[in-house]
Amino acid sequence: MEPVVEIPGTGPTVEPLPVPSPVPTGRPEVHLTPRQWMRQNLFATPWGSVLSVVFGLVLAYGTYRLAWFVAVSSDWQIIRSNLRLFMIGRFPSEEVSRLWGALYIVAALAGLLSGAIVAKAEEEARAAGRGVARPGRWDWLRRYWPALGALAVILSQTRTWTPSLLALVGMAVLLVTRRLGRGAAWLARFAWLVLLAGVVAVNELITGFGGVGWGDWGGLLLTMFVTVAGIALSFPLGVLVALGRRSSLPALRGMTVAYIELIRGVPLVALLFMGHYVVPLLYPTTVEPPSALARALIAVTLFESAYIAETVRGGLQAITRGQYEAAQALGLAPWKVMRLIVLPQALRAVIPAMVGQFISLFKDTSLLAILGFFELLEVAENTVSQPEFLGQRLHTVTYAFVALIYWAGSYTMSRESRRIEHRLGLGERR
Amino acid sequence: VNDATRGAGPAAAPRGRDPTGHRGVVAVVFDLRVLRVLGQLAAIAVLIAVAAYLSDNYQANVRDRNLRTGWGFLDEPTGFNIAFSDFRSGQPVRDALWVGVKNTAVSAVVGILLATVLGVLVGILRLSGSWVARKAATLYVEVLRNVPVLLIILFTAAGLQTLPRIDEARSLGSVAAISNRGISVVSPVAGDNLAAYTVLLAVGLAAALAVAAWRTRISDASGAPHHRVLWAGGLFLVVAVVGYVALGGPVTLSRPEVGGRAIAGGASLNIPYVALTGALGLYHGSHIAEIVRGSILAVPHGQVEAAMAVGLSDFQRLRFVILPQAFRIAVPPTINQYLSLTKNTSLGIAVAYSDVAGLAFRLTGARAPALQMFAIVMAIYLVFSLTTSLVLNVFNRRVQLVER
Repeated sequence: MEPVVEIPGTGPTVEPLPVPSPVPTGRPEVHLTPRQWMRQNLFATPWGSVLSVVFGLVLAYGTYRLAWFVAVSSDWQIIRSNLRLFMIGRFPSEEVSRLWGALYIVAALAGLLSGAIVAKAEEEARAAGRGVARPGRWDWLRRYWPALGALAVILSQTRTWTPSLLALVGMAVLLVTRRLGRGAAWLARFAWLVLLAGVVAVNELITGFGGVGWGDWGGLLLTMFVTVAGIALSFPLGVLVALGRRSSLPALRGMTVAYIELIRGVPLVALLFMGHYVVPLLYPTTVEPPSALARALIAVTLFESAYIAETVRGGLQAITRGQYEAAQALGLAPWKVMRLIVLPQALRAVIPAMVGQFISLFKDTSLLAILGFFELLEVAENTVSQPEFLGQRLHTVTYAFVALIYWAGSYTMSRESRRIEHRLGLGERR
Repeated sequence: VNDATRGAGPAAAPRGRDPTGHRGVVAVVFDLRVLRVLGQLAAIAVLIAVAAYLSDNYQANVRDRNLRTGWGFLDEPTGFNIAFSDFRSGQPVRDALWVGVKNTAVSAVVGILLATVLGVLVGILRLSGSWVARKAATLYVEVLRNVPVLLIILFTAAGLQTLPRIDEARSLGSVAAISNRGISVVSPVAGDNLAAYTVLLAVGLAAALAVAAWRTRISDASGAPHHRVLWAGGLFLVVAVVGYVALGGPVTLSRPEVGGRAIAGGASLNIPYVALTGALGLYHGSHIAEIVRGSILAVPHGQVEAAMAVGLSDFQRLRFVILPQAFRIAVPPTINQYLSLTKNTSLGIAVAYSDVAGLAFRLTGARAPALQMFAIVMAIYLVFSLTTSLVLNVFNRRVQLVER
């Protein structure tokens, strides 16, 4: 918001604040000849030379083995003929159009919101007299190459052109809505509402009107669903628990401490086990216990929210007393102090840690395979025992394909979180 | 302002006094101190109500489904054998759980050692002057950190399946023998006079410690270099070697020998154990590498410059200035990795490793009551986590700086 009170000498109209040059670099750029570069970076010291040679050989051999594995020794037919299983599990093929529709909704929402958020950030930066860093033309490629690469690999395994064309349409939707979103910065304020509406719309589109229930979802679709649902459920719960953990009421604090420590003390496998066997016993005999997937979600949510609570607590602890005192001095009610002053700052400070937590949730969804859910990893285990691929030792092939998908997702997220960290100026010392 | 509703929120009531000037019931109920107590009582009441409701449901379910109650199942036979152990199906559940606890502990300890060694090496390599070594270490970290650990375990297990069959087992210079049924490594075996040798080693150790203390005293008094490691280590080594020769080889090595359909001699490591422990070491090693690298980078640059300014050599700078400080920064996050590795041994279930969580799953499948089983698993892991964090936190407190 623009300052209401004009203090002489400090207003942006009187004297523009100095605009910091974008990303001050520590050293001047020095152009080295290849020979100089090699001397400096490979053979600077005797020990360094040994390392360079040894690891050069290791890398060369690894690359050779990888190339051999990808191009010669592996038969990727198993991926090609099971690609649908990997992507959506046993989702009925005549209903697939619903999924494409849902994908377009997601793309449109992502475009609109990201456009609006960027526009709003620029607006604020301009109002504060800060410079706006314009992304370069190829920044998107540098930022998202792991995910885009994985997408290209997946699409290369399709048997017809339809999925590629439909994916291209999805990209187009994303680009167009992003442009639209840039013109509607006000949308950023209602991001949560928009997201909620999107989730409801997607769920209705897939499961409603005689659609396909959660039980039939599988593959990457199920993995994504559990990840998103896990985040959506455990985030609010985690924030509440963190607030309880920081409360001055001993009873509340005791309960939340017990919850956090108990849950963090046991492995997720044990909690999934509890969801599988114990949760049905805690339901009234008159009520049908929830489905296996819902029980797994309960376990994942309980698990994840304890970790999120600890992350958020870190952020809450980083807020100085002065912030509370200033807010109280303004006469804000305690819950307003929390909601308007403390939580926004605390959550902002822990965004990178939170993304890390979401990455580990994304990876942990693979544990559902242990309970027999038909998610990515389980598909990889199952397809090798199909009659036409039996006994060919194709495990490494299917695992490698699944690993690529997981890796692309996690690595993209972790790069983005590092970018945010850099932007927020966190973790920068020296 | 003199309106009772304005001051009614818990928010507006300042400590101990009603701002509205009202006395009586309203003032008492909305007194912050009273509200705090009431709020906590309400929270406890809700907790008790929920617990009572769930316990009611549980009782009803037990009656309806005719489930077993109590802890008597611990003494009943399990009905299945545990692979790679002496456990037979006639033995009670109690013993099966003990086997699981031991397996979990072994896998966790070895995994931690593996992850630490790997993590420290790779973490230092990531800061090496050699561009190739740096890139290789980065590749390792960024690939393994971003893949589910379960996938790494399964991948390792699948890779071990491609080892030669048992009747074609390959021997690696009589240090190890590998096959897809198991890996045998050379191992120490007790010879004659082992007890005497143990006593001798203990005496040697005590003497070495005394010498180290003596050298420290001299150094503290005169400022001369203490050379503790050289003196104490040398003494211990001399005692150990002389004793070994004098006692006629109290410890001998059993070497694995490949022959026919089995590997004789050596310590045999089964494939599930190798897959689980190796994969956990690899995965958590990549995390520890990041911690090590981050900790070294986190040492303020002024320290390095100061060390250069007083003329320390590269090695001295690393040994006396950077590493001690980096170590302090690295300890707490490393403790978290150790705890997480211990919990991740529960993924052994995917490769049929009989750790405690996997056994609990199997036992519940074999009609052990679920709630009791879950309580036991939870208790065991809590004991694991709490002891690990207790030991390491004491250690942490000792290495942290004492500030004013």
